[in-house]
Amino acid sequence: MVPVAFIDRARKGLGSPGVAALNTGSRRMMSHRLTAVEEFPSMDSMRDRAREIRLYSLAHLDELLARFTDEVEAQGGHVFFAADGEEAIGYIRRLAERENVGRIVKSKSMVTEEIHLNDALEAGEFEVVETDLGEFIIQLSGDTPSHIIAPVMHKTRQDVGRLFADKLDVEYTDDPQELNGIARSHLRQIFLDADMGISGCNVAIAESGTVSLVTNEGNGRLTTTAPRVHVAIMGMERIVPTLGDAAVILEVLARSATGQKLSVYTSLITGPRRPEEPDGPDEFHVVILDNGRSRVLGGDTAEILACIRCGACLNVCPVYREAGGHAYGFTYSGPIGAVLVPSLLGLEDWHDLPYASSLCGACLDACPVRIDLPELLLRLRRDAVAQGYPPPGLERVIGWYAGLATRPALWRTALRAAGLGSKVLGRKGWISSLPGKGAAWTDHRDLPRPATRPFHARWKERNGGT
Amino acid sequence: MVKVQLFVTCLVDSFFPEVGEAVVDVLERHGCTVEFPFDQTCCGQPAFNVGYHDQAREMAQHTIEVLDATEGTIVVPSGSCADMMINHTPELFDGNDELRGAAERVSARVKEFSSFLVDELGITDAGAVCAGRTATYHPSCHGFRNLGIRVQPETLLDHVSGLERVDLPDAETCCGFGGLFSVELPEVSASIMSTKLTNVEATGANLLVGVDVSCLMHLAGGLRRRGSTIEVKHIAEVLNGEPAS
Ligand code: SF4
Repeated sequence: MVPVAFIDRARKGLGSPGVAALNTGSRRMMSHRLTAVEEFPSMDSMRDRAREIRLYSLAHLDELLARFTDEVEAQGGHVFFAADGEEAIGYIRRLAERENVGRIVKSKSMVTEEIHLNDALEAGEFEVVETDLGEFIIQLSGDTPSHIIAPVMHKTRQDVGRLFADKLDVEYTDDPQELNGIARSHLRQIFLDADMGISGCNVAIAESGTVSLVTNEGNGRLTTTAPRVHVAIMGMERIVPTLGDAAVILEVLARSATGQKLSVYTSLITGPRRPEEPDGPDEFHVVILDNGRSRVLGGDTAEILACIRCGACLNVCPVYREAGGHAYGFTYSGPIGAVLVPSLLGLEDWHDLPYASSLCGACLDACPVRIDLPELLLRLRRDAVAQGYPPPGLERVIGWYAGLATRPALWRTALRAAGLGSKVLGRKGWISSLPGKGAAWTDHRDLPRPATRPFHARWKERNGGT
Repeated sequence: MVKVQLFVTCLVDSFFPEVGEAVVDVLERHGCTVEFPFDQTCCGQPAFNVGYHDQAREMAQHTIEVLDATEGTIVVPSGSCADMMINHTPELFDGNDELRGAAERVSARVKEFSSFLVDELGITDAGAVCAGRTATYHPSCHGFRNLGIRVQPETLLDHVSGLERVDLPDAETCCGFGGLFSVELPEVSASIMSTKLTNVEATGANLLVGVDVSCLMHLAGGLRRRGSTIEVKHIAEVLNGEPAS
């Protein structure tokens, strides 16, 4: 059993102001996406193309990563393959020590959240500052992201206003423009003093050894150009063959994530600063993180690695919208989290996540690379049962039900018995209170009484028996 | 005469037999000879969806054996069970050619009720009357997304004489039922349901219609708990209303 299950975390979120804010925010993002898709008649074929590119890349990962590495090294950059978070952190720490780094700035990167990089670096006495507005707010409030694109979806602007007044010694305001301005001026000097910038990578391009990064605030390019050392960290699946392929991915990404044609800033970073260039880092390092990915690649949820982290599946997911991102207990939430987290980290600790879905399929409709998330959830549920982590309290009921459903005469008798027996439970054909597991239904809704004459019996009467 | 087999589903069998009777009435009225393979029980979806493939396979095998011995389209008054039989049952028998073959034969014959009427019988006006009612339609997810049952139910409802149909806001969002999800994550299920019911109430309709009794059972139970007077019906019951023959 997981120590704190999805349902316990969800209960904290249900009906809270934070989750209400997240619900509104994700619906807004969803409608932006729908508008962007409507305005772009070839979106469907673009999605097919994006899917093809991603699946091709997964199938040729070794060769693409090798090419990428050669190209980065040819430009004077360095590539490090990290088997897990610990190795990635170790590499970055050693690098920071060697380079006498004091202050580190970061742009938004979910993969660094995945390995809890900040905590580790801060424990090593480096000062780490998040420069994406959302991540900055998360860091300032000691919180964790609730959405992979909009990490502070669960906070209202009043929450942010109070936080800034409290921590940054400014007047309270809840005007978004002013809040933005406060963060900007606070961060500006920090950028100039930073020795190392750590970024994520939206898409890596094998043919040129390029790391591409999209942001809407411009903090990404400051992070990657102002400090002396730039470290880009990426999941090992985040690669495509060519610049043209990357363009397709970035276009469907922007439309699916925020409804934009393209993000405001797209940076293509190829190697450290060249002698003739005015700015850019002296050192350029790429950390390529496995952390369970090669295992996933060989398993039957491998398709999840085609994800381009657009967040569209979160925005349309009714479970995510009502329970909130924190209910998933990890960096990746919503349908992508429910599949990716147990795939990467194992079902032993995360077997509740595949059940955090009604299997409605809205995520598959929304996914720009058409990942069959409901199918992957079903496979993980099958594996959870097979590995001995079934949802609590079902084993006996299911076995007993299957026993009836494979014995037709017994089935018919049982249905009649249920109809007759349940007469004591409810008046006027409805039951409003059941004991035990049944309360999970009747705590929230009435239950019709099973029919005294089931369909089988009625058919028999209707046709004089067949 | 078109011969059809009725697979009534476990929920209709046990909780809503009147829906099964309405299905038979409507089909017969439109020229079908309806047979009901008497040994049928449950397609196995409840077990399959929570990961119990062994038990799902036993139930699915029973279902296949019962249905493979019959002929004609298998009409199912549920998008969700039809989806199970069409899209999942065959894969349960991977590695067993004989059963996989039977599952595929059965799966190819399965059709959800409303889409059978429209797509195969070519009916848009079922000749039903439902005077003075305002209805809204909730598309259940599996039929809607996995089987493409998008326009058929609304087309049929639009031709019911005397019935006014109003669009349900945010219709495509799940109602929160999700099978055992409704009791495994009851608070989350109820919270999603509540959003759906608020949308249903906002339409001003006095009748909520669907093609899946499972979601309808959950929504009707929720409406009743709210003290609402909105009635909930399966589409077959509406199409069987006071036939204008
Ligand atoms: S699974 Fe699809 S929809 Fe979800 S974040 Fe990834 S790419 Fe976007």
